[in-house]
Amino acid sequence: MATTTAGRGPTSTPPARTAGELTERQREEYWRYNVKLTTVLLAIWFVVTFLISGLWASWLNQWTIIGFPLGYYMAAQGSLAIFVIEIAVYAYLMNKKDEEYGIREEG
Amino acid sequence: MSLDKIFGLYTILFLGTTVLIGIGERLGFFSNQMIGWLFMALSLAIYVVIGVLTRTSNPDQYYVAGRNVPAFYNGMATGSDWMSAASFISMAGALSVQGFSGLAYVMGWTGGYLLLAVFLGPYLRQFGAYTIPDFLGARYGGNTARVIGVVAAIACSLMYLIAQVTGVGFIVARFVGIDFNVGVFLGLIGVLFCSVLGGMKSVTWTQVAQYIILIISYLVPVVYLSWQIFSIPIPELTYGQLLQRNNAAALAVTRDAKEKETRALWKQEADEANAKLKAGGLAEAETEKLKAQAAQAARQATAPAASEDAKFGRYLTVPTGTGMWNFLALTFCLMVGTAGLPHILTRYYTSPSVRQARTTCGWALFCIFLLYFTAPAYAAFARFALYTRLVGTKISELPSWVNLWKPAGLFDVVDKNGDGIVQWADFVLKSSDFVVLATPEIAGLPFVITGLVMAGGLAAALSTADGLLLTIANAISHDLYYNVIDPSASLVKRLTITKVLLVVTAIVAAWIATYRLSLIVELVAWAFSLAGASFFPALVMGIWWKRANAIGANVGMLVGLGVTLFYMIGSRFYGMSWWGTQTIASAIFGLPAGFLTIWIVSLLTAPPPREVQDLVVSVRYPKSGQGTKGDPLGRDLREVPAH
Repeated sequence: MATTTAGRGPTSTPPARTAGELTERQREEYWRYNVKLTTVLLAIWFVVTFLISGLWASWLNQWTIIGFPLGYYMAAQGSLAIFVIEIAVYAYLMNKKDEEYGIREEG
Repeated sequence: MSLDKIFGLYTILFLGTTVLIGIGERLGFFSNQMIGWLFMALSLAIYVVIGVLTRTSNPDQYYVAGRNVPAFYNGMATGSDWMSAASFISMAGALSVQGFSGLAYVMGWTGGYLLLAVFLGPYLRQFGAYTIPDFLGARYGGNTARVIGVVAAIACSLMYLIAQVTGVGFIVARFVGIDFNVGVFLGLIGVLFCSVLGGMKSVTWTQVAQYIILIISYLVPVVYLSWQIFSIPIPELTYGQLLQRNNAAALAVTRDAKEKETRALWKQEADEANAKLKAGGLAEAETEKLKAQAAQAARQATAPAASEDAKFGRYLTVPTGTGMWNFLALTFCLMVGTAGLPHILTRYYTSPSVRQARTTCGWALFCIFLLYFTAPAYAAFARFALYTRLVGTKISELPSWVNLWKPAGLFDVVDKNGDGIVQWADFVLKSSDFVVLATPEIAGLPFVITGLVMAGGLAAALSTADGLLLTIANAISHDLYYNVIDPSASLVKRLTITKVLLVVTAIVAAWIATYRLSLIVELVAWAFSLAGASFFPALVMGIWWKRANAIGANVGMLVGLGVTLFYMIGSRFYGMSWWGTQTIASAIFGLPAGFLTIWIVSLLTAPPPREVQDLVVSVRYPKSGQGTKGDPLGRDLREVPAH
């Protein structure tokens, strides 16, 4: 069923439907949101891995955090924690988006 | 009983049994070897029982565990599927030797999960097939892509499997004291019982059980050490202090006159060996021996601190130039390899929904994170123990752990300058595995904890072996036999072939493992580059670019594989070197080549047919009608024959 407020998922309880029932506009918006989210997460991933924990690590080592040189800390622990948080954020936001567009799966 | 209750009870029972064995040890009932036997028998029994309880002949259960593994449990299963004998036993040691450069493994093997989560996992679940070649076959219409996928999957998985089997043999031989070859075949029983009887279903639940054992056994010794030294049971927080103490110790050691004397002697030994090598005219065996001697002596002659006023020990120095390039390249290759290894990708098919596939990825990384962010702490604590409890002691009064582990050939303590005192350079590290294996005794923990660590290492090796074995057997039976050779094969026939292949593959892997080729360990590291360069571009383009077509993907996979293999073999055996890149980071060339090829060739040829483009669209949206049935083409595999 196509809603007239095309693009915006209904805010109240969405009727159960399949993705085939999304309008073309809704599909595009859903996908664009996904691409945007993915790009942001990957940009963070790139900076954390290759710059902070790599090229800039030596420079960051001038600071100390709970006894660790900062550059080492980011490569050994900080980056890992950020990866975990990034995936959690991705799962949370995409699952919420599914619900908004009424294509949340049971189970 | 709910899953939470079952595994909660299991964890309590396992801990209880460990405590009981510990009490038995204290009372003098058990010798060290008996404790080793008890832990091996106990853990193998657990895996066999789970295998028998979860046996099945239903294809959905057999191939993808009925697609009803909740995210948290799937995360644990992925964690132990992922963490191999190398992660468990060798990584902390490698970090203590390689220092900062070794962190490429820690970041690479975790950051890859982000790529998996955003590029592949949820989409593969929406597609919902049985194997990764299934996806390639459907997306790139035809058997060519499927067969390339099968070949790449076997190439990545088989070497990896042999390494796990070798790991099982080493662990069993070291702790229980039986022959390596017998150990290998004992381990196979544990693997085969699960995979043959219940396929993915048994493997999944066994992996959950194995994860619980491996994470407990990894954390206990180092948590105890942290408690002992800092009164805080969180090693990840406390080892920063330790790094500073280690650095102070490294500086003190570097200044020490006796230490300088010892290092000078090593330097002399290295120079003499090199001089002999230069003179030439030696037999090949003699040359190899001298080379090894020179390398070892040169290592021993290196001061632990980079300079007098160094802020950090050599150990924490960030590499520069080629070293930094290799660090970044290796991190990248390990990441894409992680996201491209078929035995991990397959786990997403077992999720009940796209929603849970996303959460699964989060739990999986969390489960892996627990071990990986503890590994550098292990390295620091082991180093600290060497500085404080070994350096400066009398050769005649070595700590007990030295005498216990020296015969295993992990390290040696020699009195180079003959002063009767252990200097830093007197400790000759032979295998950095000692870091994980000997830490319980270094910490002064009872032998039962060492037994626990053995059970953990065994769990890590067996769980990964399970997943790999199933991937290889399914690639041959489901993709090659059923889909390419005989599409009318009955369900019974297909499952029988899978089971026979499981046994055959396991025996072949064990047989190769008994040769104990040193090359195997190296080849495992290659698997990541191979997977990264072959699967990753084709899968990502298949999902993210509708225009990618069959010919582009096929050529792309071959080019990716080809370039990677070319550089691997060239750099490993023929002295080739592009910007000084190391062999294990070969995908840094193969992966871009693969992506570019798919892009260019696809644009030069006709777009894929309408159905395929619709398929691509359908994997992007949950509830698209795709992905609930066992077969991507809508055939219900529960009612065979299919065609």
